[in-house]
Amino acid sequence: MPDDLSIEKRPGRVAPNLTPATRASFGWDEARGFLDGLPGGAGLNIAYECADRHAASGRVALRWRGASGERRDVTFGELARLSNRFANVLQSRGVKPGERVFLLLPRIPALYVAVLGTLKARGVVCTLFSAFGPEPIAQRMGIGDARVVVTTPSLYARKVAPIRDRLPGVTCVLVAGEGVVPVGTESLDAALEQASDLWTIPPTSPEDPSILHFTSGTTGTPKGALHVHGAIVHHIASARFALDLHPEDVFWCTADPGWVTGTSYGIVAPLALGVTSVVSEGEFDAEAWARILADEKVSVWYTAPTAVRMLMKAWSGHRELPHLRFVASVGEPLNPEAVRWGIEAFGLPIHDNWWQTETGGILIANTAADPIKPGSMGRPLPGIEAVIVRVTDGVVEVLPRGEEGEIAIRRGWPGMFREYIGNPERTARCFAGDWYLTGDLAREDDDRYFWFVGRKDDVIKTSGHLVGPFEVEKVLTEHPAVVEAAVIGKPDPVAYELIKGFVVLRSGFEASEALRLDILGHARKRLGAAIAPKELDIVASLPRTRSGKILRRLLKARELGLAEGDTSTLETP
Amino acid sequence: MTPLRAHIAAALSPVAPEADLGTVDPRAPLRPQLDLDSMDFLRLLAGLKQRLGIDIPEGDYGKVATLDALEAYLTARGAGLGAQSEGADGAHP
Repeated sequence: MPDDLSIEKRPGRVAPNLTPATRASFGWDEARGFLDGLPGGAGLNIAYECADRHAASGRVALRWRGASGERRDVTFGELARLSNRFANVLQSRGVKPGERVFLLLPRIPALYVAVLGTLKARGVVCTLFSAFGPEPIAQRMGIGDARVVVTTPSLYARKVAPIRDRLPGVTCVLVAGEGVVPVGTESLDAALEQASDLWTIPPTSPEDPSILHFTSGTTGTPKGALHVHGAIVHHIASARFALDLHPEDVFWCTADPGWVTGTSYGIVAPLALGVTSVVSEGEFDAEAWARILADEKVSVWYTAPTAVRMLMKAWSGHRELPHLRFVASVGEPLNPEAVRWGIEAFGLPIHDNWWQTETGGILIANTAADPIKPGSMGRPLPGIEAVIVRVTDGVVEVLPRGEEGEIAIRRGWPGMFREYIGNPERTARCFAGDWYLTGDLAREDDDRYFWFVGRKDDVIKTSGHLVGPFEVEKVLTEHPAVVEAAVIGKPDPVAYELIKGFVVLRSGFEASEALRLDILGHARKRLGAAIAPKELDIVASLPRTRSGKILRRLLKARELGLAEGDTSTLETP
Repeated sequence: MTPLRAHIAAALSPVAPEADLGTVDPRAPLRPQLDLDSMDFLRLLAGLKQRLGIDIPEGDYGKVATLDALEAYLTARGAGLGAQSEGADGAHP
């Protein structure tokens, strides 16, 4: 039983924030006490908590390391002033509260300025992963009704210009960084230069919308999960409890802000707590990462299982990282070998935790004070009621400990998303009575640790993010030679799952390696590396139910050489 | 295209068939220009190992971040000598 192999940890150098006493007494009002609120009782605004209230401290907010070795430290004071300028830029271009500002940016300081500046102007900010191709970008900007886009000249040319005619609502494109300013855009630097660095944040309610993040279901278009300013209460409480952040820490969250981890814990939580964050623009590189951990004196590190498993291959021996004291991971289950590898590699185990785009912040975690159960996602944080349920016709039955079922969370925690924009039906489907239904299957052991089992639907978990098969299949079928397509997550030792596509050719087309590569190239061009298939097979037919639904699970079973299960509903082969 | 660059292009093709090395600034980081993620890059280097017999350990990824740097790395380890013709046989059956 893996449950029994818990790791008892040595006492740390710093007393953990989450003690048994805190666990017993915690209420969300206590977390609200860590925030200042807007001056004059004007409400609660994430950007004020993240920048303005620390502006006089002189502390470094962002310790930025550029892809080519550049360095720049941005203090809380600078962040406060630059985001004021950004808010003024938006206002002068007629952007109104609630309108959407989309960011398609590498991890550069302008990204952080634009996030906070948009929130100060009471706009809604949506960060997109810059490795997306034009198609997912167009989809998301369309659903999110983008008004402003902030990007770089190079990303604009490659990914936005080809779809600009599909975005009639975009009236302003600002480009940051080097390169010639493309036609139809304006320079962000110039705009900031001309703007005032004074800005008073208008009254903001904790229920006002703040951040929009897209996620995927099995069917249909991506879903835009809308969060509110009040979510910051959850961000800071969970960062203190699950990441054990203390004010004197140097924190490195390796997630890109295009994913929810990169905003909740790469931007909001550490800044709100006045903690210095390391921001590395470069792509994953084991040696560079080891150097950052050492040179920047990182004390708390939040990363992803795929990165951990890639580091395990590259890391040689034991390295002294005397400043590092707490390491956590999120994205997909961290295998026990990876949890223990941390002890060999730098003397600390890795704490896995669990949450989703919709939950806004960490809900279940292996924490600093409790023993780790390797392979488990940990225990629910204070303020979170998590259970394992079975839902039948909308009726929720809470299952006894040990049984497998769906993770459900009692609604009402501050970080909970408020809606999938423009889609009340899909929002409603996530809830049954008082429960938010996560779609993740797990079991709970006798010590209240949760163990991930799989997804209830066909959504693919790859390299720490979710990919909806439909979005990929749609692009595959847009290739002239493809009549139908199915996409599955193929288990992978590094990425957890790899996206694998199967296509059936239109009559008149002959299967060949050249055609297969052409279809793969088409998918990569349209979707980008993050969500395009890594493997692609041309097949004669796809398994379907009698009603015509493609059976992705059967494809997956075949791919793995498993028994195919009940095939009684299958189309005759 | 130099023979070595042709090998790189051939190793790249199954990973990112749409990628065109001709459009790449050889002195700028390769991955963002060709939209390669970590997995793609791993597969590219595995393909090069298969063709050229040259292993690029993960710890050296920082030394092969640009096209120029990758070529220099491979050249310093013997690519373009014996390995080249051997790899070329496998490359163009």
